[in-house]
Amino acid sequence: MNQVPQVPRLSQDQRDPGAPSDRMGGVLLNVKGLTKKFGDATILRGIDLTVREREVVAIIGPSGSGKSTLLRCLNALEYPTSGSISFRGQPAFGTVGERGFMPLAERELNAQRSQIGMVFQRFNLFPHLTALGNVTAAPMWVKGLSRDAAESAGRQLLNRVGLADKAEMYPAKLSGGQQQRVAIARALAMEPALILFDEATSALDPELVGEVLAVMRDLAQLGMTMVVVTHEMAFARQVAHRVVFMDGGLIVEEGEPEQFFAAPKHQRTREFLSKVPQ
Amino acid sequence: MDESQSFWQFSLQEVLPQLFDGMTLTVELTIAAGVLGMFLGLLLAFARLSRHRFLRWPVMAYVTLFRGTPLLLQILFIYFALPPLADIRLDAMPAGILALSLNAGAYLAEIFRAGIESIDRGQMEAARALGMSHGLAMTRIILPQAVKRMIPPVVNELAALAKDTSLVSVIALSEMLYVTQRLGAKYFRPWEVYGWAALGYLLIVWSLATLAGRIERRLAVRGV
Repeated sequence: MNQVPQVPRLSQDQRDPGAPSDRMGGVLLNVKGLTKKFGDATILRGIDLTVREREVVAIIGPSGSGKSTLLRCLNALEYPTSGSISFRGQPAFGTVGERGFMPLAERELNAQRSQIGMVFQRFNLFPHLTALGNVTAAPMWVKGLSRDAAESAGRQLLNRVGLADKAEMYPAKLSGGQQQRVAIARALAMEPALILFDEATSALDPELVGEVLAVMRDLAQLGMTMVVVTHEMAFARQVAHRVVFMDGGLIVEEGEPEQFFAAPKHQRTREFLSKVPQ
Repeated sequence: MDESQSFWQFSLQEVLPQLFDGMTLTVELTIAAGVLGMFLGLLLAFARLSRHRFLRWPVMAYVTLFRGTPLLLQILFIYFALPPLADIRLDAMPAGILALSLNAGAYLAEIFRAGIESIDRGQMEAARALGMSHGLAMTRIILPQAVKRMIPPVVNELAALAKDTSLVSVIALSEMLYVTQRLGAKYFRPWEVYGWAALGYLLIVWSLATLAGRIERRLAVRGV
């Protein structure tokens, strides 16, 4: 029997849910002219994207459109072929020079990465650690938190994603939806400025999708900055502040969800939206 | 030396005490070469996994050389051919340990490499995305998972190593097989002598397997 996820809501942010400009802060992430080639294949052909603090950006598009590659570039899991990414006004991860991408020193790169959380399609929990162990690993080993501090924060986070009673369980004993919620708690444990979601619900059984989306929705409401690659149109429509449609390694169209879904401007966008379940 | 000695008399008085000394040396050789070989193998495996060609390439050449030539030849080469070639004169024991370690290192390097590579790439990515350095991710995330998968093939390799120590009898190291051959030639009672030696090797390999099984169970988590 599947438990209905109990996702306790923390003290609600009382900000005005009015115009995006009121809701959002300054520019957090700025991508300019980003391209990515794998050998002869060009995956990204020049992406410009700005993400502001507390903004939720949904990236949609057909498979092979480059949306996952773009997301992986935003956490230096892939290095760009050309173009630039800045994070909080600083060049992120490195710079593209004449001899290709020159990454920052490992220490600086890791420091930037630790501020950008990532949630993967296939969870990628550490199978040799318990749920709590997964959540406390990076705070202890990277930030140097004491075990006590990390565990008390970790239990709070597990509680927040509705898994307080699963803290001592190993990932193999958890359902896909539970694993993904642990993975979200693990990302939150580093107190990131931004979380990237790479098709976080695509590997889940249909009946488990809802519990993960509920957690993501909660995070959005609490003002977490999120870039979400997704096939869940309802989520994009209801939660995102901005929807970005990608095809063939380019951003074809972007806009506020209401306008985007009601009156897509480009033929390609209309074709795509007509084929996916809304 | 009495031809009419009973099986047990002969075994207990003539064979087992000497065989025990040989077995002690066999165990010492196995442990020394096993430990050194594992260190070497781990270093080689990391070099083999490196991004840098100048680290990977020599390891591939090394593994090809030590897997592609007989261990017996390697032992003879180190003991007899190094002195004139490089003016390095090793006693039989260090020469034997060196040859066995270098050989085991080549095989263990491949086992370690395969074990590390068998861990899903997503594990490293998740660790890096949390801000862990490559080294931290390797020691805390990848290796703990890989070690469990490596135990069975490593035990295989160590069992092979325990038996291969018999080859150093060619450089007159009085390990178990060397002792056995001498006893066999001396008493003309090969059946007893070689039978006991076989049991001796079985005992060593069986102990190894038992120890490994215990470690494996201890490492067994509900996860992996």
